[in-house]
Amino acid sequence: MIRAENIFKSFGETEVLKGIDFLFEESKTNLIIGKSGAGKTVLLKILVGLFEPTDGHIWYDDVDFCTLDKKQLQEIRMKVGMLFQGNALFDSMTVEENIRFPLDMFTKMTFKEKQMRVDSCLEKVSLEGSNVKYPSEISGGMQKRVGIARAIVLNPKYLFCDEPNSGLDPKTSITIDELISDLTKEFKITTVINTHDMNSVMEIGENICLLDKGKLAWQGNKDEVMGSDNETLHNFIFASPFLQRLKESAQQ
Amino acid sequence: MANENTLFLASELQNNSNMISRFLYHFGKYVMWHRQIYKKQGNFSMYYKETIRQMYDIGIGSLPIVMIISVFIGAVTAVQISYQLSGSFIPDYYIGYLVRDMVLIELAVTFTCLVLAGKAGSKIAAEIGGMRQKEHIDAMEIMGVNTSSYLVLPKIIAAVFCIPILVFISAFIGIVGGYVATLLAGSFSANEYVKGLRAFFMPFNIVLLFVKAVVFSYILTTVSAYQGYFVKGGSIELGQASTRAVVYSDILILIADYVIAVVLTV
Repeated sequence: MIRAENIFKSFGETEVLKGIDFLFEESKTNLIIGKSGAGKTVLLKILVGLFEPTDGHIWYDDVDFCTLDKKQLQEIRMKVGMLFQGNALFDSMTVEENIRFPLDMFTKMTFKEKQMRVDSCLEKVSLEGSNVKYPSEISGGMQKRVGIARAIVLNPKYLFCDEPNSGLDPKTSITIDELISDLTKEFKITTVINTHDMNSVMEIGENICLLDKGKLAWQGNKDEVMGSDNETLHNFIFASPFLQRLKESAQQ
Repeated sequence: MANENTLFLASELQNNSNMISRFLYHFGKYVMWHRQIYKKQGNFSMYYKETIRQMYDIGIGSLPIVMIISVFIGAVTAVQISYQLSGSFIPDYYIGYLVRDMVLIELAVTFTCLVLAGKAGSKIAAEIGGMRQKEHIDAMEIMGVNTSSYLVLPKIIAAVFCIPILVFISAFIGIVGGYVATLLAGSFSANEYVKGLRAFFMPFNIVLLFVKAVVFSYILTTVSAYQGYFVKGGSIELGQASTRAVVYSDILILIADYVIAVVLTV
């Protein structure tokens, strides 16, 4: 479980987050949604510790993340995996080396043990046999899966995904969503996904946090989306004319 | 008119004070950053692998250009000293002596490090800056890697180990280049050149060469890494950071050259 408590963040004079309170639950896919510029990425970066909040606290279970010293922070970070929007795969390393990197860096495992762990992660993301390929030699969807495999290689307790579907076709997006959702359930991970993909919201949105102009505008789950009368949520969900028409025809 | 002059003076003063405060800010940040660089985190084997990779890049990768410039440094120095001394009462073998000491004390180390600041320094800034922009550094930070240390320390070790060797090779090739130039020019005998090489030799000059090489390699690596590590923005800013890495390294190398010369030889 991760709890954001009264989070404020400013960059100079610009206030990006204005007092966010939200509980990201364990074994659930927690979605941060909102328009571009709403503060989603800033909130995600605060949650993983890449930005410091101007005010407020982040709780990882019962540990205050904002008051940890370097050593304690390191311990927490060993339990965190992250999938980046641009995947952030190391170009000079093969798929296998990318996934093995955290193991090489922090564990005392033997090469054989590491290899088994890498193979099992590749199997989980259905990329068996791609070990020796370089990131530039595989498709965008496969790169996402490699990113996920690297994020889960240390058996994380918390998984963060920044726009996991960006640049992917709808079918591949659904595959990636399902993969993240399955891993969340299987390993009882607290997963936080930053997205503005409506398919993701309606497919895997078990706990949704809608941000608007730096504030929490709505919270709920995918089943509550359609029944909600929140104007900001409706403007966001039915932003495209196509979805607007679909909604109207459904209402008729 | 007087009012305009006052305004101009005020704006100039403002610009200068901004420049000074910017310099002090970056200098302080650069110094403080060293605490992070030397705080190793993670397995030794990863640092070792990265150091070997950097040694190959900085050492072997820079050898051809160092060899080429060194030949010409020695050759041009020999030819020009020969030209300066022609018609004077100074014996010809002084050419060999002067080429040897100039190459050993100054030319090999300074030229090599200035060239390496352009070659290796810009590469370091671009490599680390590129990693910053592609979120590789963020990814490592989230894994718990001390990126300042993992990305910079191996480069420092590799540079401080390899560049003095490159400089020594450069000095040797420079002296050989001078010899070849005297043979080709035919203005004085090669025997005189060799006699000069063996005259008035001070072993301390070799120490001076290595001291300079270590200091310059440290400067060029850390300054370039600093520029890359803290880059913000896109490809234009990365290009600017890479250019700054070379310019600042070159300036600092020349300042350090002067300071070392004053401290160790005066």
